[in-house]
Amino acid sequence: MSKVSEAEVRAEVREWLAANWDPDMSLVEWRGKLADSGWGMPQWPKEWYGRELPHALARVVEEEFANVGAVRAANSGVRLLAAATLLEHGSDLQKKKFLRRILTGEDTWCQFFSEPGSGSDLAGATTRADLKGDFWLINGQKVWTTSAHHADHGLLLARTDWDAPKHEGLSYFVINVKQPGVDVQPLKQMNGHASFNQVFFTDAKVPKENLVGRVGDGWKVAMTTLAHERRGADGLPAPSKRGTRVGRMHAEERAETEKANQPYKWYPQRAGRVDLIIDRAKETGANKDPYIRQEIARLVTLAKCAEWTARRARAAQQQGRPQGPEGSLGKLAASHVARACSRVHTLITGTEAMLTGRESPREGIIAEILVSVPAVSIAGGTDEIQRNIIAERVLELPKEPRFDTGPFRNVRQN
Amino acid sequence: MATAEGYDPAVWRQLSEELALPGIHVPEQYGGAGFGMVELCIVTEEFGRALLCAPYFSAAVLAANAILYAGTEVQKSALLPEIAKGVRLATLAVTEPDGNWDPAGIKVVATPDSDGYRLDGVKSFVVDGHVAELLIVAARAPKTAGLEGLALFSLDANAGGVERRLLESMDPTRKIARIDFCGAHANLLGNLDDGAEPILRTLDRAAVALANEMVGGAQTMLDSAVNYAKLRVQFGRTIGSFQAIKHKLADMLLELELARSAAYYAAQAAAADDPEWPALASLAKAAASETYLHTAAECIQIHGGIGFTWDNDTHLWFKRAKSSEVFLGQPSYHRELLMQRWGV
Repeated sequence: MSKVSEAEVRAEVREWLAANWDPDMSLVEWRGKLADSGWGMPQWPKEWYGRELPHALARVVEEEFANVGAVRAANSGVRLLAAATLLEHGSDLQKKKFLRRILTGEDTWCQFFSEPGSGSDLAGATTRADLKGDFWLINGQKVWTTSAHHADHGLLLARTDWDAPKHEGLSYFVINVKQPGVDVQPLKQMNGHASFNQVFFTDAKVPKENLVGRVGDGWKVAMTTLAHERRGADGLPAPSKRGTRVGRMHAEERAETEKANQPYKWYPQRAGRVDLIIDRAKETGANKDPYIRQEIARLVTLAKCAEWTARRARAAQQQGRPQGPEGSLGKLAASHVARACSRVHTLITGTEAMLTGRESPREGIIAEILVSVPAVSIAGGTDEIQRNIIAERVLELPKEPRFDTGPFRNVRQN
Repeated sequence: MATAEGYDPAVWRQLSEELALPGIHVPEQYGGAGFGMVELCIVTEEFGRALLCAPYFSAAVLAANAILYAGTEVQKSALLPEIAKGVRLATLAVTEPDGNWDPAGIKVVATPDSDGYRLDGVKSFVVDGHVAELLIVAARAPKTAGLEGLALFSLDANAGGVERRLLESMDPTRKIARIDFCGAHANLLGNLDDGAEPILRTLDRAAVALANEMVGGAQTMLDSAVNYAKLRVQFGRTIGSFQAIKHKLADMLLELELARSAAYYAAQAAAADDPEWPALASLAKAAASETYLHTAAECIQIHGGIGFTWDNDTHLWFKRAKSSEVFLGQPSYHRELLMQRWGV
């Protein structure tokens, strides 16, 4: 088949849905059909559960699914990052073993990249992988791992060569999380939630065939994962629009979504809740205070500017124009907005800002904002790293001198 | 800049005759190019970037918009073509020696007489007031207060009873004058029923155009600071390789792009006559004012000692940033206006 038209794709997917879609089927059974027919991931290669459709036509498929309310292939968590990485760097054996169960939702995935000693400097990982017979033995600690407590597999970045330079001594593995050498502990944050885990590896085993790419290619492979992560943006999956639909499959999907979203419940508060500011000012009477009025105006101005800047970036993208600097500024702008929100919420709330839980205004939401905002300027790249990126990539300023060249063994570590 | 007029007449003729810029937003039936606020703001942004010294803001942004808002058909046809062609310099006088940008505080009185009105009182901070040939003056009817009784009047700047004095001002690139009116003969622009509306909307449009001008200036300050940081070597490294400098520059870029979004959005909203546009004008004015001044101050800081010298041009942008910060109302004034316009 050479080039297919939009009308052909539309007709074909409609016909297939009419013959196969049944909301009373089990979720796994239905998604098995999606994987085997290629309609679950139509942009994927034909030999791996796809139809090699260009992205524009994949969107047509999505529209047709939405029209009949059909459930899509599983896409929560980091499963699609795992899939994208395996499609690009994985062996046929790995693709065969993992891809289908990613799409059916039978397996859940997590990402073992960050460590207590390497946060911003991800390539400084010191979790080690040593080859013993047919297995790599993993020892070390990973942190900020979302959903590790119910994941089946993890994407693991570990050091295999301590004499190579930092970026060249890493390798990339798929590790089975449910084994004795992997100890998953919740990591409680300053706002009381535990959205992440810390994970301890003690002689955990990875079979030789689970090495992704070649030994020493770990950084290159990890960059693929990170590139897809950036493209898909941070965290929060889109809310399901099928909340009211009935049928066994919809109920199963709702449960899945709820589980996947559980770690992100406090994320709106993390962003500062600028949407509450004016109502709060009116309900407390703080809108009569000329100083607070100034601060509210300052905040709302900042938030609007950030929103319009993001819109400029999106418009450029949609029109196929190269993005200007506005495309790199969103994360740093969001930090400023969140911090300003936290400050103005405090100004508006006054002494009651000391309270928390049910004692606090808006059933604890305000208190949660105040203790969640500090995460924004750290998670997914600190403000300082963002400024380095903006300065070096957009303004083309020279890089800092490096102190981490030469054999990794000799590089200063935590 | 260095002359008493404050601009180069040859450049003014060129941008008027070859580029038709003073009338870019004036409808074609009044001798203009027929574009709108967006195009006007592109021009002011570029003029701000280059720090052009020309009586453009006074004539095109202030006077032409005031006439467009307030004038009758006959008045628009009579006054606008000369402004659009750049052959008659014009300006708008609103503020008085107390520096208040709220028209409710206007004290200049227009007293009706047999063939028009007599103006009495003092205007100040009038941009290009010393070279303008046509004055548009905001004044009030005798015994009125607040926004009641306000209207716009036009008169020849060289008429009897008009005394103009160039003020000694910090920003040499945009000259301002004080104008004393002592029974000067003036004509009512439009009619008395429109009240303060044309004055308020003209000032809002000017705020949007100024916000765009300031974004242009801030861009020059950022470019200049980035270029210098790549050239200047200290401690054996270009200073742009120090995080203390590169983070400052990244913050300047962020601030600039945020202000740019506000200025562009407000221009588009004003062009589309979005009901929210006056509020957005205040938002953009406040945002761009702080950004321009901060960017200019940081540009001096990154240049170090040389940035504080007269020979380094940065001070000219800094002074334009400072005068623009308070021109048409300080950021705090516009933030309060924004709150009122949003009903908070």
